[in-house]
Amino acid sequence: MLKIDDINTYYGNIQALKGISLEIGAGEIICLIGANGAGKSTTLMSICGVVPPRTGRIVFEDREIQNLPTNRIVELGIVQVPEGRRIFPYLTVAENLDMGAFLRKDKAAIARDLDYIYDLFPILAKRRHQAGGTLSGGEQQMLAISRALMARPRLLLLDEPSLGLAPLVVKQIFEIIGKINRENNTTIFLVEQNANLALQIAHRGYVMETGRITLTDTAANLLANEDVKKAYLGI
Amino acid sequence: MMSLVEIRKSFLVSIWFMFLTFPIMVIRVNTVENIVEWRWNNMIAVGVGSFLLSFVWRYLIRRKEQGVRRQRESAGPRVSIFQRIGEDRRIFLPALTAAALAVVVFPFLVSMYQINIMTTAFMYIMLGLGLNIVVGVAGLLDLGYVAFYAVGAYTYALLNYHFGLNFWVCLPIGAALGALFGILLGFPVLRLRGDYLAIVTLGFGEIIRLILENWNEFSFGPSGISNIPRPGFFGVEFSLLAHTRYIYFLVVLITIFTIFMVNRLQNSRIGRAWLALREDEIACQAMGVDKVRTKLTAFALGATWAGLAGVIFAAKTTFINPASFTLWESINILCIVVLGGMGSIVGVILGALVLVLLPEYLRAFAEYRILTFGCVLVLMMVFRPGGIVSNVRRTYRFEGPDSGDK
Repeated sequence: MLKIDDINTYYGNIQALKGISLEIGAGEIICLIGANGAGKSTTLMSICGVVPPRTGRIVFEDREIQNLPTNRIVELGIVQVPEGRRIFPYLTVAENLDMGAFLRKDKAAIARDLDYIYDLFPILAKRRHQAGGTLSGGEQQMLAISRALMARPRLLLLDEPSLGLAPLVVKQIFEIIGKINRENNTTIFLVEQNANLALQIAHRGYVMETGRITLTDTAANLLANEDVKKAYLGI
Repeated sequence: MMSLVEIRKSFLVSIWFMFLTFPIMVIRVNTVENIVEWRWNNMIAVGVGSFLLSFVWRYLIRRKEQGVRRQRESAGPRVSIFQRIGEDRRIFLPALTAAALAVVVFPFLVSMYQINIMTTAFMYIMLGLGLNIVVGVAGLLDLGYVAFYAVGAYTYALLNYHFGLNFWVCLPIGAALGALFGILLGFPVLRLRGDYLAIVTLGFGEIIRLILENWNEFSFGPSGISNIPRPGFFGVEFSLLAHTRYIYFLVVLITIFTIFMVNRLQNSRIGRAWLALREDEIACQAMGVDKVRTKLTAFALGATWAGLAGVIFAAKTTFINPASFTLWESINILCIVVLGGMGSIVGVILGALVLVLLPEYLRAFAEYRILTFGCVLVLMMVFRPGGIVSNVRRTYRFEGPDSGDK
């Protein structure tokens, strides 16, 4: 579905990605794990065009997208849930969700998706007229994911959905990520520091270190891998 | 209970003030008769005055805090008077009719001077609403807004001087040129936010003014352009008073058109994109909002109204020079938006009326005029930081099956 071919991305003079290649198949949950500053978020930013790669190709369903502006990439169906949630704090929950459907015009389908989301996260239905900034961290993360879902993504990019959340809430969110993948067949690319939980719901995983991909395998194998265990699972 | 503590605090404040002002307010050395005068009644005045001021100040602060607390306790948002007027049809329609009637009858009841002031106030409503798009809705602090106003005014003045084009031809041209300059300003500042943006726009405004001031061959420099014809009306000749009334109604009509358009814009797709862009650019991009286009349209549409207002300004005053387009003017318009309530149309209208009419009617206070004006601004920002009318956005609701519970 998405194929990244040897991309190099820079912030000014600093090279953040050094020849990253990876592949995401339709319907998969792919997880990218790695330490702070390994370039995980940059990989996401490169995919959705916020920080375009200097060289290399990104192909989404037989289409090169590395030179497209972000809004065109979103139109193609690649939607990001940015790191740190970044909901609109002064807009209500309903308006936040409405912004997610910004590029869509099919009102009936939007209303249906909204019902689906309120089913998925009943708490959001309860809070729908509340300003986004007044929600708790977990609720905000749910809102951020829901907002992205409102865009009907074919590929959902999740950047650290567990950031700053209580373990119980993290678990709940990961369960729902798995559910979204199963129910809508949405392909999910997950960037996560919480490697243990992420690998449990993912099909395959990539391990990143200082701008390079050092290891790739099925999630089960990665969970069993001794090096990964030592470095990222803390076992 | 509260009042005792408050009274004691205010009493201490007044004692302190009496002590502080004692040397200047009470003692006076009379150099003619070589005696020291003790003006004790001045001290009493200072004491009573500072006591009252301090007490009122404390009372207002306290009330404000209580208001905030009350709002937090009650679950639903507090409904302001203006919101109630807007939502309740039974109040809204008569209020609107009354306002419309007042606006129509006004020029036949008062002197020409008053009509002129009112016309100016309406022009500032247009300017305020235009800037409101940029500052209030899209959250881009623009300190050079008056440049577009100048573009509109000079468009009419110069096109008329060189080619004899009349007001009605120049009105759309002025608006279009305003929009064009808005985009011109927009391009270099796309990446900037907040303070940086404010400084660049400030510079832009000054550049336009300095060009107009110094490029004599083009704009006739500081001496300006005079004898700009007033707008015509199918070739009918008017007396001066009739013409003033005519311009008044013209401005009223265009203002109503502005209000209508801005209202539509705010509730449109692009309006929502502006709101979202103000809150979080990255999230906006992630939702597929085209950042460049959204920002440029905000600048362009904001500048359009300034262009329109500029053409009308030139036609109304029949004389323009760069002195009308200083930074102070930009700040004045910004004050209208901030004082009225950022993003709120009713707020901007009230803000414009207050900010234009107040200084006019404060003329009785002569040199204290601007001081009083400043005090009003400070008090406003302390007690109503959201502006006269805090912004009430339209909320979008998709009614799901279980939406009856609210």
